[in-house]
Amino acid sequence: MALPKYTEPHYRIWHYFYLFVCGCVFFFLIAPLFVIFPLSFNAEEFLVFTDGMKRLDPDAFSLRWYNDMIYGTKNPWGLAARNSFIIAIFATLGSIILGTLAALGLSSRHMPYKGLIMAILISPMIVPLIISGVAIFFFMAKVGLAATHLGIILAHIILGTPFVVITVTATLSGFDHSITRAASSLGSSPYNTFMKITLPLILPGVISGGLFAFVTSFDEVVVVLFLAGLDNTTIPIQMWTGLREQLSPTILAVATCLIVLSVLILVTAELLRRRSERLRGINR
Amino acid sequence: MSSETGKILTTDGIPLEESLKQSEKKNKIKAFLLVAPLLLFLIITYMIPIGDMFSRSIDDKMVTNMLPKTYKAMENWDGKELPPEEVFEAFYLDYKILVKNKTAGKLQTQLNYEKNGFKSVLKKLARKQKKFGEGNYKEQIMKVHKRWRNVEYWRAIKRRAPSYTYSKYLKGIDMYSNEDGKIVQVTEDRRIHRILWIRTVEVAFFVTLFCFLMAYPIAHLLATLPMKYSNLLMICVLLPFWTSLLVRTASWMILLQQQGIVNDFFVWIGLVADDNRPEMMYNKTGTYVAMTQILLPFMVLPLYSVMKTISPSLMRAGKSLGATPATAFFKVYFPLTIPGIGAGCLLVFILAIGYYITPALVGGASGTLISNQIAYHMKSTLDWSFASAMGLMLLTGVLVIYWIYNKLVGVDNIKLG
Repeated sequence: MALPKYTEPHYRIWHYFYLFVCGCVFFFLIAPLFVIFPLSFNAEEFLVFTDGMKRLDPDAFSLRWYNDMIYGTKNPWGLAARNSFIIAIFATLGSIILGTLAALGLSSRHMPYKGLIMAILISPMIVPLIISGVAIFFFMAKVGLAATHLGIILAHIILGTPFVVITVTATLSGFDHSITRAASSLGSSPYNTFMKITLPLILPGVISGGLFAFVTSFDEVVVVLFLAGLDNTTIPIQMWTGLREQLSPTILAVATCLIVLSVLILVTAELLRRRSERLRGINR
Repeated sequence: MSSETGKILTTDGIPLEESLKQSEKKNKIKAFLLVAPLLLFLIITYMIPIGDMFSRSIDDKMVTNMLPKTYKAMENWDGKELPPEEVFEAFYLDYKILVKNKTAGKLQTQLNYEKNGFKSVLKKLARKQKKFGEGNYKEQIMKVHKRWRNVEYWRAIKRRAPSYTYSKYLKGIDMYSNEDGKIVQVTEDRRIHRILWIRTVEVAFFVTLFCFLMAYPIAHLLATLPMKYSNLLMICVLLPFWTSLLVRTASWMILLQQQGIVNDFFVWIGLVADDNRPEMMYNKTGTYVAMTQILLPFMVLPLYSVMKTISPSLMRAGKSLGATPATAFFKVYFPLTIPGIGAGCLLVFILAIGYYITPALVGGASGTLISNQIAYHMKSTLDWSFASAMGLMLLTGVLVIYWIYNKLVGVDNIKLG
């Protein structure tokens, strides 16, 4: 964004001011995440930068909190991580299957009451989480699924499907339906057409919707707080309890792992987005 | 095309129109069957439970079911003077069963909501009623406690006769219906909910405003920079977006604590004295700062996707026609970004108004919002019908905002980055 040579001085100042403001906002967005990294390697129990850390003294850094996270006797992180992954994976699969089917139906031009049905399908995204939490808790308690893995998985499918519906519908909006008709006219069965023609083309949308669903489930705490029993504790619940009681460096070690995970997810999502844009022929 | 036969036939001999209609219908059913599993799933596990919240919030059958004989006897009582002997007898018989089944405690709590001091009166009756003799229950009950001579207490019982009540909704806005059935405000020192509603709207409004003010310039920068730079800067927006909410809240807790980095920085530049570090967490400041940072990506992404589609030549055209950059911006560029502003503000406002986690962790007592109150009643006081009532009031608010937005701007495709 180099300014042309003829720019008048006060616009030049204004432009630099604008860049400065943008810089501050970007700093505000990203900097808090970087506080966690160094502090999770702190050798002390305090959550401040010690003098040793400021001097970059190697003795001031240690892996003891990571050690504590993995081998600590009274730390429930192992169980929590296992639960979190099991719940998130099944919730993602459920969301993908239900969401993709619904999106296929919704993008058919024969679909009746499209607006109303779309509104119902994405309502879990618009209704505040606390209300969803209360409603889902009442349902799960009534059918006896409170404090079970299945109950939490179902709850997360409710919260995750809107993302799949939205991303897959968006992918299908640029979809050329004549190719599926071509496949049918060449004698392919509907199932075969879906698996060989439609699915590969909408896969980026499906996967990025799935990523949203995964992150929603993996990071969800409001609904789980209502639903979870002692055996269904998840990483967010443990972090929530930890943050409420006492902010310990072990939590920062867990947080660092979660940031690494989100970087991986971000990279995957970005690669998928670019691929799908290339496939749809959008070149910027 | 109009043939003498009147209708065009397909090869099967069916009129074409009919055949088309049939295949239309088949396609409709096919499309609907694809949507049906998710639709049914959501209706059963989500829409009906939300409706269930409503019936729970107005349900008041508990007292009605506990005192069936009393309410039957009370039907003919006008409530002006002390009730007749039948009512006393019926009440004694109902209450005896409750004491025997050890469920009298529930009735005591419920009636105490209606009239303060009822609990002790009922407890005393529970102890004394074992020695009651046959007949003349009016005298016997009135002897137990002089308050039974006060007609107010009997009116309080009668007020709980209907199986439905809207009192939970009144309680949500700090009102109640008094002895005469008039709706009045609670005393000033007990008006806690109204403060919470106002604070919730205030926080949601200002967080939306801050997000907008911060997101607009950076979305503009991202949309106008060449791809190779903007992709790099986009990471600054997307990484927080994908990072766990709790991780981000934790980092704010570290930054804002009294010995934290932000305070260190203020001391270092001499803004505050070292021994007089301000409390930035466990109050509204903490809620504002953390929520703004957490919700900022939700404002940037819709703005960015709208700004990306605005051709830079429009601004240039405006300028070449003699507009100053400011005029060109406000007359050309800004109006074109309104759909993005609408989508972003709606998203952030709706998310902020129902926020729970961050206010609970960094908000302290003065930074908690209505969601925290709902969670408190769900988990601590177990007054689920009140929690449902407040939840539905919040939901109504959100739906009204959504409706207004739909009227003003129109809900286009919600874009996710």
